[in-house]
Amino acid sequence: MNTMPWLTILTLVPLIGGIIIAGLGAEQKRLARGLALAFSLVGLAGAMCLWNHFDSASGDVQFIEKHEWVQSLGIQYFLGVDGLGLLMVMLTAIVVPLSILASWRIDDRAHIYNALVLWLQAGLFGTFTALNFFHWFLFWELVLIPAFFLIKLWGGPRRGPAATQFFIYTMVGSVTLLLSFLAIRLATGSFDFIELAGMAKSGVLASKLGAAFGWKNIGLIVFFGAFLGFAVKVPVVPFHTWLPAAYTEAPSPVTMLLTGVMSKMGVYGFLRILLPIFPEQMRLLLTPLMWLAILTIVLSACAAFAQRDLKRILAYSSINHLGYCLLALFAVTGAASGVNLPELQKAAALNGVLLQMFNHGLTASALFLFVSLLEKRSGGLRGLDDFGGLRKVIPVFTGLMGIALFSSLGLPGLNGFVGEFLIFKGVFPLAPWAAALSTIGLLVTAIFLLTLIQRVFCGPLNARWSKMPDLTLSERLLVLPAIALMFILGVWPQFILGAVDATVVKLVQQLNF
Amino acid sequence: MLAWTIYISFIGVLVLMLLPRDDARAARIVALLTAIASCVVAFVGAIQQANPGEVTTIVKVPWIPSIGASYYLAADGISLVLVVLTGLAAVTGILFSWNIEKRTKEFFAFYLALIGGVYGVFLSFDVLLLFVFYELTIIPKYFLIARWGSTRKEYGAMKLALYSFVGSHLVLIGLIAAWVVARAQTGHASLDLLELSKISFPLGFQHWVFPLVFIGFGILAGLWPFHTWAPTGHVAAPTAGSMLLAGVVMKLGAYGCLRVAMVLFPEGVRMWQNEIALLAVIGIVYGAGVALVQKDFKFVIGYSSVSHMGFVLLGLATLNSIGLSGAVLQMFSHGIIAGLLFAVVGRMVYDRTHTRDFNDLQTMQLGKLLPFAGVTFVLAGVASMGLPGFSGFVAELQVLMGAWQVFPKSTILAGVGIVVGVAYILRAWQKAFYSDAVVPAKSGHDHPLEPISMPERIGAVILLAATLVIGIFPGLLLNWIQPCLNSPLSMFARLLNGGPQ
Amino acid sequence: MNYFQIIQLAAPETIVVVTVLAVLAMDLIALRGRSVEQRFNAGALVSIIGCLLAALVAMARHESFNLMNGLLVVDPQTDFLKVVLLILTIFTVLISVSGKFTEHVGEYLSLVLLATIGLMFLVSSEDILMIFISLEMASLSLYILTAFNKRNARSSEAALKYFLFGGMSAAFLLFGLSLIYGLSGSTNLSEIATGLAGKGLDPLLLVAIVTTVIGFGFKVAAVPFHLWAPDAYEGAPTPSAAFIASGSKVASFFILAKIMTFGFAGVEGSAVWHGYVSGWMPVIAIVAALSMVLGNLTAIVQTSVKRLLAYSAIAHAGYMLLGVLANTPASLSGLLFYVITYALTVLGAFGVVTVVEAATGGDAIRNFAGLSRRAPLMSLCLLVFLLSLGGIPPLAGFIGKFFLFSAVVGADADHLGLLWLVILAIVMSAVSFYYYLQVLKQAYVLDAAAGAPDIKVPPATLFALVLLALLVILLGCAPGLLTQFL
Repeated sequence: MNTMPWLTILTLVPLIGGIIIAGLGAEQKRLARGLALAFSLVGLAGAMCLWNHFDSASGDVQFIEKHEWVQSLGIQYFLGVDGLGLLMVMLTAIVVPLSILASWRIDDRAHIYNALVLWLQAGLFGTFTALNFFHWFLFWELVLIPAFFLIKLWGGPRRGPAATQFFIYTMVGSVTLLLSFLAIRLATGSFDFIELAGMAKSGVLASKLGAAFGWKNIGLIVFFGAFLGFAVKVPVVPFHTWLPAAYTEAPSPVTMLLTGVMSKMGVYGFLRILLPIFPEQMRLLLTPLMWLAILTIVLSACAAFAQRDLKRILAYSSINHLGYCLLALFAVTGAASGVNLPELQKAAALNGVLLQMFNHGLTASALFLFVSLLEKRSGGLRGLDDFGGLRKVIPVFTGLMGIALFSSLGLPGLNGFVGEFLIFKGVFPLAPWAAALSTIGLLVTAIFLLTLIQRVFCGPLNARWSKMPDLTLSERLLVLPAIALMFILGVWPQFILGAVDATVVKLVQQLNF
Repeated sequence: MLAWTIYISFIGVLVLMLLPRDDARAARIVALLTAIASCVVAFVGAIQQANPGEVTTIVKVPWIPSIGASYYLAADGISLVLVVLTGLAAVTGILFSWNIEKRTKEFFAFYLALIGGVYGVFLSFDVLLLFVFYELTIIPKYFLIARWGSTRKEYGAMKLALYSFVGSHLVLIGLIAAWVVARAQTGHASLDLLELSKISFPLGFQHWVFPLVFIGFGILAGLWPFHTWAPTGHVAAPTAGSMLLAGVVMKLGAYGCLRVAMVLFPEGVRMWQNEIALLAVIGIVYGAGVALVQKDFKFVIGYSSVSHMGFVLLGLATLNSIGLSGAVLQMFSHGIIAGLLFAVVGRMVYDRTHTRDFNDLQTMQLGKLLPFAGVTFVLAGVASMGLPGFSGFVAELQVLMGAWQVFPKSTILAGVGIVVGVAYILRAWQKAFYSDAVVPAKSGHDHPLEPISMPERIGAVILLAATLVIGIFPGLLLNWIQPCLNSPLSMFARLLNGGPQ
Repeated sequence: MNYFQIIQLAAPETIVVVTVLAVLAMDLIALRGRSVEQRFNAGALVSIIGCLLAALVAMARHESFNLMNGLLVVDPQTDFLKVVLLILTIFTVLISVSGKFTEHVGEYLSLVLLATIGLMFLVSSEDILMIFISLEMASLSLYILTAFNKRNARSSEAALKYFLFGGMSAAFLLFGLSLIYGLSGSTNLSEIATGLAGKGLDPLLLVAIVTTVIGFGFKVAAVPFHLWAPDAYEGAPTPSAAFIASGSKVASFFILAKIMTFGFAGVEGSAVWHGYVSGWMPVIAIVAALSMVLGNLTAIVQTSVKRLLAYSAIAHAGYMLLGVLANTPASLSGLLFYVITYALTVLGAFGVVTVVEAATGGDAIRNFAGLSRRAPLMSLCLLVFLLSLGGIPPLAGFIGKFFLFSAVVGADADHLGLLWLVILAIVMSAVSFYYYLQVLKQAYVLDAAAGAPDIKVPPATLFALVLLALLVILLGCAPGLLTQFL
């Protein structure tokens, strides 16, 4: 293995960057922004290096760093990435610079703002690379603080309650997660994710829990605690009520981070932790879980349709897109026992999940970026009915945002399609009724996205905006990478799939027993 | 060498008394030097300790042979942790009291006397000596609050002093009874803690003596429902007073519970284990819940102290190695964090704004006017919530792990307490520093607030560093605590081995 | 046995008698026409020299002798107690030196010394007749000392109350003692013990016990024989009150203990919880319990410091009676330790009150406001004294309580039968903390009225107070210094 602690360095870079920027004075805005961008680009470079050196053929964890931290408690400093982790790291590395660029105009306490964004990135890197519960939990929690303050201090008119709700919901989930893992540690003596997954596979975990606690259903209770922690983060209906407020009130560049990366933390948690360690419980609860996924997909789409604020529409749409990930996840777990299905189906579904995570991260961030650009031009207005016929005045903007919107819709040729296709391809054989119901979600999504296009861009021109300026050169350069990626990944998803496939296969094998 | 922490403090008191009456500056410098000296001695002595798992005698001379009392100072790992805490608290408390102008030398004289007494408690291994130092601390506490405090200071001081006094007298009854029984059993009188810890007291005797002594110490530790002195006392006290009170003095009670009540009467603890856990959990949830609805900023912190001490007591009640370890670590962690919180509320905010009412603070936009205070409070609040990376998390983790084994339902309730803990800190953030309330056009605070002074900054940095360092490297302290608890010959062996591990 | 030998045995007392005559003579003859201050200083000097001499003689000799079957017992223990009494007298004289309450200096000092003589004889007697005589000698002197402030009506009132109560209780005591003589056939304590043994609990004996307790209960101001104490302490000139509170307590408790444990050795009975047996123990237990409770609770509401100290004295008498109750050698030495340190402490406390009274015109609690600014050193002494009374370590009062309580509990180690009394004592002790703190609050927390000048403490008094405070601290930290003699 490598002797250089690449992953530690990757996490430390934004951390130190944040500290340096926070130390700047309030007047040095340009320096703050510039430094922040520089650090995030360093992070991007680091992520790309990792990608290059990643051995795609192996599904195992690579770039391992493992040290004893607090031996008596079984806490280790254990980092490593497999395909899943690498993908998430890459996503973070891409979205954060975009977000920083999008927030170029934020003046108020720019140094603190940028420092907080960098610390958020450090926390995200840490979460996606940690493999020991304590270590992972530290970063999981650490992400909350910058997010809270980013919403609270720079957000919209109702930012206070939005930030508080966000924080408390997530904390409740974290506490139940903590309690569950403490119980596990007590029973098994381990905090190590990989070890615990092995135990779950061999059935040792359940027996140990039973032995330690003597409650009949302790496994379920522990599972529920962990489930809650992640369910709040994704979010799964009915734990999603914090999201619309938070996404709407946060400044749009922050929402890019929230929807682009932070929401993936929840799905990551499901994949990395919940699925390997609690497959039996998930199987047991398969039907309720599937229903939850379906509800998430369908209800959020309908809710999006009813919204009048652009950001709220996109917020609900986020919930919807992630619902598909969960659908596939649950289907894969649930189908493992008894039914003798080719592993290909499951691998396909999980591949779809990973793809969807990445693609949605990219697309949703891009969409919110566009919204922020629009807000800039409209003086803060972002209601559905505030606009009309904009394509006549800002054709380039319309074109580019249109591409993003269609990607979100799932148009073939763009990146959004591949993920959803793979998911449905995998889910249909495993749980046809669920897949059928979920297509309602697809339908409603199409409806509201098209409505959005129609209301904002087509139709008669709203005279108010007849002088609206189109995208400047710098702005075009800003959105170009994202749009390019949307096309590239749309026609060549292998770029990602190649890296993650081995990991996915390993994950599926994990579940086969 | 560690005994010098006590002597230095008292020498400092003498020097202060000899200073001229109104020279505030000299008084501050003398006090700070004394505190730094004692802190350095504490650190050096602690690090030099070769084997924290055993009790290392510092000095042992007969004192009153007729009753078996000796002047016996010693330290094991747990003492070291608390001595280091005292050192840090002493120094930072003085830094945060740099602005006291009225009768400065008397203030610091009482302060150093209190510190000296606290060091004495943590280092005493003779029960009578421990008791002497324990009671000794009551008087300086009273005067510090009654003279230099704020809201209802005389009432708060008297309440605190009386509660402490009653508590310590309950302990005295138990101690005398135990001494008599021990003497009858062994034939010779002894007040040596180690000797007494080897005696098996009759079960019926332990059944009533243990609760007496435990409650006696528990009063000072904020055991629910005997905690009512704490919020009033903390609010009434001047900043350094609250920092010491919540930071160190409440730990005296918890330390007494562990070192005396539990070690001497292990069967007694087991008889009352469930009740203690119940009271502890009620304290956690109640303290947090009440903190959530307070209108006065300092009361929030005062009640949060009760809630955090509940964790200590829960850890003690688990009677397993990891729970006890968590309890001791929480003593340290909360000592630092409470010091920080009170420093912000008392010194940084109240001394400048002269109000602690949230309704007033909301309009002041303190987050912009006092950014250092805001950031410090955010970090302190986050540490208080138990966020990983700060010392509170490891401590609460251990307590919860210990409690899971023995009291699963209480553990879940404790988790609820943690969530409420998040809520009241958030509320405090909102209302005091980062509120969205409209600033009235003509507020009474047209003059700018005095910037945060250098002593305050240094103090805040010291405390923040302490909680971060231990949060990231808890092994530093756990290496002292755990050998102490796990050694088969230790005084805790009877406590731990009789029950579930 | 010739007279010369008797005088040798009673050498300390004799020296003090000579001092009395010397002081009187000097004052009435040689110092006529001088100012009160000079006469006081001179008289005090002579008294102190005499007392010191007597103390030296008592300390130096190491004999043991029992004169005439208990009329005069000389042994190291009684000699030590005499030294203590003399030291207390010296301190009292030092405190009274700057007193402005009388011009009859010689008479005052002689009465103090005469009381001391009475007390000294008291501690060295083991014969009930001698006990009574010495008691009366001391008491009569104390009655007059109480009345000494002719300008203050309360002084006379106090003295009259004291005298009437005292006379009555002396009558009770005499009645009881005569009954004892009748029942046992002797006036010597050890012979009384053998005489009473085996007789069982005669109703007459019970009467005798009760009346004896009444007699002594009055002397030590235990409930319900305490009614004279608050008024006497408040009305008397403060140095006299100091002496009543300190010296006479030491002697009275010693003798009470001797009589009860020695003389009534066969009829203790028992005061154990749920184990009541008739005898003198239950009687004392009840008296003790009542004193502790009443003394402490009533002290809480006092506004005059002297009355507060009086009620506190009643409470402390309760604690000390516990020492008598326990009836073991350990408890006896604990009792002596406690009463001696108590005497030193309360003497100091009254000394401070004297100064404050003179400076501010009254002894109300609020007159103590701002004392720490106005007289820092004296204030510090007050802190030491009151905290010692409250039982705060590391002062002598705490160690005394610890000795006493542990001895009491230890008396019945198997069943911890007397624990209930100790619990009561400790609880009440916690209560007492409150009112001591009230006075200290005035001194240290509150400010004096604006413009109040610094108080100038007379040097002799200051010297005495500082010495007493140091003694209290010293005996608290190293009680072995005192216990080796007990």
